[in-house]
Amino acid sequence: MKKLSHKELLLKANDIREDIIQMLLEAKSGHSAGPLGMADVFTALYFHILNHDPENPKWAGRDRLVLSCGHICPVLYASLAESGYFPKKELMTLRKLGTRLLGHPHNLALPGIENSSGPLGQGLSQAIGMALSARMSGNSHRIYCISSDGEHNEGQIWEALMFAGKNKLNNLTVILDRNNIQIDGYTEDVMPLEPLRAKYEAFNWHVIEIDGNNIQQIIDACMEAKAIYEKPTIIIAHTIPGKGVSFMEYKFEWHGTPPNKEQAAKALQDLRTLRGAIKSEHE
Amino acid sequence: MNETKTTAQLGAVPVSDKIGTAEIEQVPTRNGYGEGLVEIGEKDERIVVLTADLADSTRVAAFQKKFPKRFFDVGVAEQNLMGIAAGLALEGKIPFVSSYATFSPGRSWDQLRVSVAYSQTNVKVAGAHTGVSVGPDGATHQALEDIAITRVLPGLTVLVPADYQQTKKATIAAAQFNGPVYFRMTREKTPVFTTPETPFEIGKAQVLRDGKDVAVIGCGPVLYNALLAAQELEKEGVSVMVVNNHTIKPIDAATIVTAAQKCGCVVTLEEHQVMAGAGSAVCEVLAKNYPVPVEMVGMQDTFGESGEPDELIEKYGMGKSAVINAIKKVIKRKG
Repeated sequence: MKKLSHKELLLKANDIREDIIQMLLEAKSGHSAGPLGMADVFTALYFHILNHDPENPKWAGRDRLVLSCGHICPVLYASLAESGYFPKKELMTLRKLGTRLLGHPHNLALPGIENSSGPLGQGLSQAIGMALSARMSGNSHRIYCISSDGEHNEGQIWEALMFAGKNKLNNLTVILDRNNIQIDGYTEDVMPLEPLRAKYEAFNWHVIEIDGNNIQQIIDACMEAKAIYEKPTIIIAHTIPGKGVSFMEYKFEWHGTPPNKEQAAKALQDLRTLRGAIKSEHE
Repeated sequence: MNETKTTAQLGAVPVSDKIGTAEIEQVPTRNGYGEGLVEIGEKDERIVVLTADLADSTRVAAFQKKFPKRFFDVGVAEQNLMGIAAGLALEGKIPFVSSYATFSPGRSWDQLRVSVAYSQTNVKVAGAHTGVSVGPDGATHQALEDIAITRVLPGLTVLVPADYQQTKKATIAAAQFNGPVYFRMTREKTPVFTTPETPFEIGKAQVLRDGKDVAVIGCGPVLYNALLAAQELEKEGVSVMVVNNHTIKPIDAATIVTAAQKCGCVVTLEEHQVMAGAGSAVCEVLAKNYPVPVEMVGMQDTFGESGEPDELIEKYGMGKSAVINAIKKVIKRKG
C-alpha cells in the first residue's frame, strides 16, 4: 500500500478522529479517549509503517497488527475503512445488531482483523505466537502489538513479557498506549506502573520512549525497532487521551463514554478547525 | 498385544478379551498422548507442542527430544501458554497445549474462551491429571470440573478417551480435526480395554458391550468399572449395555437415545462432578428426546483429598460396587 507523506498523514489522522466521533455518536456507547489518543499511532501504522494490502487481507507476507486492548477498536475500524478494507459507511453500524464492527473486535468478523480481544492481557501472547510462527517458518514480516497501560495490571502481560525477552523475539514490536488513565482513574492511583522503562529493560526488552501523538517520532521508533536484532522492542508512546478534542483531553471520565449530539458537534468543530486555528471547510 | 473379539452382531466394537482378568494390560492414558504426538508430529510439521513446566508428566518430553524446534516451554504461566498457542494457530500451526487440567483450562479459561473458542483457533488442549485418581497430590490437583467448563464453550469439541489406546487415537484424531479441541487424561495406570483395532471417531459413541436391561453411558477409564459390573450382574441375570460416550461435545444423541429406547433406563458414569459434566450432557439429550430414569455416578458436589487412587475411587463412589448399586436402583425405577 502507498505510503503517505508527513502532511498527508496529519490530515489522515484528523479524518480518523472525525470517523471515531461520528461512529461513537451513532453507536451511543463505546470508548472515546483511547481511540482519539491513538489515532496518530494507527495512522502512522496503516498509512506508512505496515506492509499490507487491503485488496488481499490474508496476504501471507503482510505485517500483522494485533490489538490487545480491544476496547479502542473504533480507531482500528476507522483505520481499516480509511485503508479500503471495507466501505466507510459501514463504520456507522458500530455496535449495532448484525454488525461486523462488534463492540470488541472478532478476528473472523471483518477483513483486516488479526485477532479477537476485549478481556485485557490476551493480545500480547497471541502476538508472541505469531512471532514464533514467523521465526519457525523463516518469514520476514513483522508483528506489531498495541497494548495499553491499564492492561499492564494483568498478570498475563508479565508472563508474556518474560517469554518474549527470553526468546529474543526481534520481529515483535509492542506499542504501549501510555495515556495514564484507566476506567477507575489515573493509572498511578489505581495501580502504579512506574518505573515502566526500568521494568521492561529488566525483562530484556529494547525500550524507546516517544511522544505518541507525533507521527514522525512514531515512524522513527518503528524503524529503530527493525534494526534491533537482539531483543523485542517496546515503544512507550506517551499519548494524550482524547487528543484533538479539547474537552476530552487528559480526562479519565472519557475512557468509556461516547459523546452526545451536542458534544459530538463541538468535538467535530474542534477537529475541523484545529481548535479555531483554521477555518473549517465544513462550515 | 491383546487378542480381540468382536460382537458386531450386537453393534459393539472390538474390546480386549482380558476384561475382568488379572492379565489385562495397565498403561496410563497420558502415555497414549505422548506416543500419539510423536506419531502425528512425524507426519505433519505443523504440529507444535507447548507446556507450562510439565514436559515429563504430561508425556510431551519425547516430542521435545525429537522435534526441539517445534516445542516451547513457557514456564509456569498457563495464561500465556494458551495465548501463544492461539497466535501460532492463527498462523496455521497446530499447537497442542499440555498441562494439568486444573491449571489449563482451569487457570487459562478466559484465554480458552476468547483466544481459542470464540476466535475458532485450531488449538488442541490436553488436560492431564483429571479425577480423584490423581491420588496423593490431593484435591488441588484433581481436576473435577474441566468437562463442565469446556463443554459450555461454543465451538469447542470435548473428548474423554477411555484408555491408553484410545488416547493415542484421540490425539491423532484431534490433530487431524479442523477446530479447537479439549481432551482430558488421567495420571495412573488404567486398564487398556480397547484394542488397536477398536475404531475411534470424534462424535461417535461406541457400544463396548451390548445389553437390554440398563445402559451405562460413561466416559474415561472409570468405564472399566461398568464393564466389571456388567460381568458380575450377568451372573444374576441382569443384562447391562455399556456405552463409551467419549465425545462429550458434539454429543452423539442418536446412540444415547437408541440405548435408552432399548434399555428403558440409564446410569451415567464419569470421574468428574455430576453437575454440568458428561452425565449432565447425557441427561440433556434424554430430557429433550426420550426421558427415562437416570442415576448419575460421579463426584457428588464435593472436592477430593489425598489417598491412593483405588481408595479414592471407592470412597467417592465411582467403583464397581457403586455402579452396581446405581444399576439396581435405576432398574427398580423403571416401574
